[in-house]
Amino acid sequence: MKDRKKKNYNLIVGGTITGMTLLFVLIGMFYTPYDPNVMDASAKFAGISAKHLMGCDNFGRDILSRVMKGAGTTLGVAAGTVLIGTFFGVIVGAVTGYFGGILDEILMRINDAVFAFPSILLALVFISLLGSGTYQVVIALGIAFIPSFARIVRSEFIKYKNMDYIKNARLQGAGHLRIMFVHILPNTFTVLLSAIMIGFNNAVLAEAGMSFLGIGVQPPQASLGRMLSEAQSYLMRAPFYAIFPGVTIVLMVLGFSLLGDALKREE
Amino acid sequence: MEKELLLQVKNLNIEFHDHLIPETVVYDFDLELREGEIVGLVGESGSGKSMSALAIAGLLSRRDMKKRGQILFHDTDLLSCGRDVLRKIQGNEIGIIFQEPMTSLNPVRKIGWQVEESLRIHTDLSRTERYQRAIEMLKSVELEDAERIYHQYPHELSGGMRQRVMIAAAMICNPRILIADEPTTALDVTIQAQIVELLKRMNKEKQTAILFISHDLSLVKQLCERVIVMQGGYVVETGAVQEIFDAPKEDYTRKLIAAIPKVVRKNA
Repeated sequence: MKDRKKKNYNLIVGGTITGMTLLFVLIGMFYTPYDPNVMDASAKFAGISAKHLMGCDNFGRDILSRVMKGAGTTLGVAAGTVLIGTFFGVIVGAVTGYFGGILDEILMRINDAVFAFPSILLALVFISLLGSGTYQVVIALGIAFIPSFARIVRSEFIKYKNMDYIKNARLQGAGHLRIMFVHILPNTFTVLLSAIMIGFNNAVLAEAGMSFLGIGVQPPQASLGRMLSEAQSYLMRAPFYAIFPGVTIVLMVLGFSLLGDALKREE
Repeated sequence: MEKELLLQVKNLNIEFHDHLIPETVVYDFDLELREGEIVGLVGESGSGKSMSALAIAGLLSRRDMKKRGQILFHDTDLLSCGRDVLRKIQGNEIGIIFQEPMTSLNPVRKIGWQVEESLRIHTDLSRTERYQRAIEMLKSVELEDAERIYHQYPHELSGGMRQRVMIAAAMICNPRILIADEPTTALDVTIQAQIVELLKRMNKEKQTAILFISHDLSLVKQLCERVIVMQGGYVVETGAVQEIFDAPKEDYTRKLIAAIPKVVRKNA
């Protein structure tokens, strides 16, 4: 009880950073100082100035505008990835954890097989099957993220399925689906929430990584990873081109991981 | 006049199959339960009383445990009927309360939601009707301030209150049979007496048959009409409470009765 009184600095700092990032992205959805895709040959590699707060890139595009749009893309991809991963992960985890037996064996061995590959590598395979593009990245990363969620949910379900109150629900005549998703699932929310936060971070990094490798979001659409990858050729000439997208990624990830940590502690 | 026969258990055998060697925990268990009757099921830990009760409630896994014999509820055999038939009977016709009120309520759901669960599953009542029934039920288990408790979480209630909530949840569909698996063991003595009184009243008012499982013979003596004594998976003795307490036929029953603590006056 006493610990409750202590201020949770992670929550404050993480919440502030995340809030600001979200605000930044939200504004970017409706307003950017310049059109992020319009090139201006005269402003090529223009430095930081009142006109271009973050300078301009090799095509003379305003970096601030592109960071705003790009952060939105990255965030959207990450959100979609986590959504797919959580949705199917919860279903797989719930079914395997609740029923156990041969079904559990089969699904979890498949899960292990998927889990054994690094998610980036796995996503690469899916991309080569699906072709590249924003939606393909979401699907590929989403599939690669299912196993980690499935494992967490499965272990939670195993923990809760033998609780007295679950037996009690069965005695009240509740069916399996009802027990799984109405009685057990809410108990797993705290754990699931921090898993989502961590997953979100990994998804941001994975998207940036994939775009950096050139298999993610396709040009001219902006994404933070894409910008980093383009900036690396001009690292000496225009360091600000790499710094701003990079710092945005760092802030985004930092904010979410602090928030996830804080939520875990609040339990 | 003979009262209606609700539940008839014939030659129930329960065998565990989750280890290499099958292990039988209940042998040839017989039971008859009539409307409005309270039957006690007593025995030491591991005597198979809870197992028999769980089998009647249909809670034993069909995969790991082999059950032979019959459990007839009216004319339905609960051992061989389909899951959907069983599910219609569970909660609606047979209610159960567990030993440990601390763990038998879901910590993330409000009390009212949990009390209403059976109604949600077995009836088509609207939200307001369910609310009224739940409040009514919470009041009838002598919980003051039912409206407030309806919106509280389990951790906000004491053990005795939770057990009352459990009874309310088990009784909300007016089941014909209530299985009480050591409902008072985890409670202190004064609360025990209140819960027993409450069960008695429920039994009188609604003619619910109660299968009262306990190792506390003094409670059984207060509450039940008939007693079944179990030991090591076997039924060793069965009969009316008075007969068994006055003239126990079996050695084991005699020992159990001797184990009831008595108030002895020093200089009598």
